[in-house]
Amino acid sequence: MIELSNVHKSFGKVEVLKGITASVEKGEVVCIIGPSGSGKSTILRCINGLESYDSGDILVEGAKVDRNAASIVSIRTQVSMVFQRFNLFPHRTALENVIEGPVYVKKEPRAEALERGRALLARVGLAEKADVHPPQLSGGQQQRVAIARALAMQPKAILFDEPTSALDPELVGDVLSVMRKLADDGMTMVVVTHEMAFAKDVADRVLFIDGGVIVEQGPAKSVLNQPQHARTQDFLRRVLHPL
Amino acid sequence: MQAFWRDTVEFLPILMSGVALTIIVTIGSLLLSTLLGLIWALMRVSGIGVVTGFSAGLINVIRGIPIIVLLFYLYFVMPEFGVTLTALQAAILGLGIAYSAYQAENFRAGIEAIDKGQIEAAQAIGMSWWQTMRRVVLPQAVKIVLPPYGNVMIMMLKDSSQASTITVAELALQGKLIASSTFKNTSVFTLVALMYLTMSIPLILLVRHFEKRAGQK
Repeated sequence: MIELSNVHKSFGKVEVLKGITASVEKGEVVCIIGPSGSGKSTILRCINGLESYDSGDILVEGAKVDRNAASIVSIRTQVSMVFQRFNLFPHRTALENVIEGPVYVKKEPRAEALERGRALLARVGLAEKADVHPPQLSGGQQQRVAIARALAMQPKAILFDEPTSALDPELVGDVLSVMRKLADDGMTMVVVTHEMAFAKDVADRVLFIDGGVIVEQGPAKSVLNQPQHARTQDFLRRVLHPL
Repeated sequence: MQAFWRDTVEFLPILMSGVALTIIVTIGSLLLSTLLGLIWALMRVSGIGVVTGFSAGLINVIRGIPIIVLLFYLYFVMPEFGVTLTALQAAILGLGIAYSAYQAENFRAGIEAIDKGQIEAAQAIGMSWWQTMRRVVLPQAVKIVLPPYGNVMIMMLKDSSQASTITVAELALQGKLIASSTFKNTSVFTLVALMYLTMSIPLILLVRHFEKRAGQK
């Protein structure tokens, strides 16, 4: 459903993606791991056109992603995004955040969107926070509202950009369990993460990226338990056993 | 002091007619400068090279011309091109244009202060540039922009006196006319100053209110 072929991207003189070729099937959960600055987030941001890419192709359900084309709106309504820093709209309540896209982009009737929005907030365990503004919520709650906001678009896939990296450690679990439920329900997910336990348990496939190239990829358990490449082994050793 | 009170009773009705025009000029040019300023600011942050450049250039041209010259231009020069404005129209237009440059820079600062993540979140749910501005950026920018906006209101109230140079009989001009016909300069101009101050005080309190509210967030 998402296909990248030989994608290159530079910021100024720095080439951050050096020919990325990968695909994500419908219903698949793919985790992207790798050191900081390796280009993980840039891949996600290219898939929904938050960044442009210099060459190669990115296709979502066969449609080419071009951030300057009118078609980008339809791609963005099919592929939602959850950000590291939540990026909820602070001037709107949790429920208003959730219905913003359905009402103002997809032109859904407000009453319908409200009803669905409440159900989504209940699904992420925040039914009672519908009328609260984001600054009054904890980081974990904000991120769950952000996931509800992404789901409200009824997307075919959701991109997660380090969704738990900005959270206090004790709040990470709530967010991960919501994500695990989504995966169990068959949602197509691409997750940039440092949560190796989550990747091992939930992901179908893991891509290890370093220096703008995919160094290793395969079924989650085999990449994480028996990494073949020296750089993957080194990275996993540092992440799993930092002392 | 007694003489001052006597003069006050005598001149106040005439000066009050000036106050009415002062308020009309201030509100008219405030509305116009807000509208134009918002347009310049949105052009400035549009990300389209030509539009951004045009807006930046225009703002600099407006900023570089004294208000009084702008007023003279509208009132005395435009008729030569077949555009005749009443003094009041020229005053509101001139002050509105002059202040639109400052409003634009203020609005731009407010817009640019909004976290980039907000814009990305809006784009990620498929919002257009205009929807992003209207639904996400501007509502948040208002809070940042209001305190300096209040200061602009105070400055505009006082600068409305420049309309007197093109014969708008607002407070300053009424004062000048009374003073030159009665020679009671002290009474008249003290009274005029007090009247401007009285009109400023509610605005000063409003700015303080805005600042408190912006500080809470």
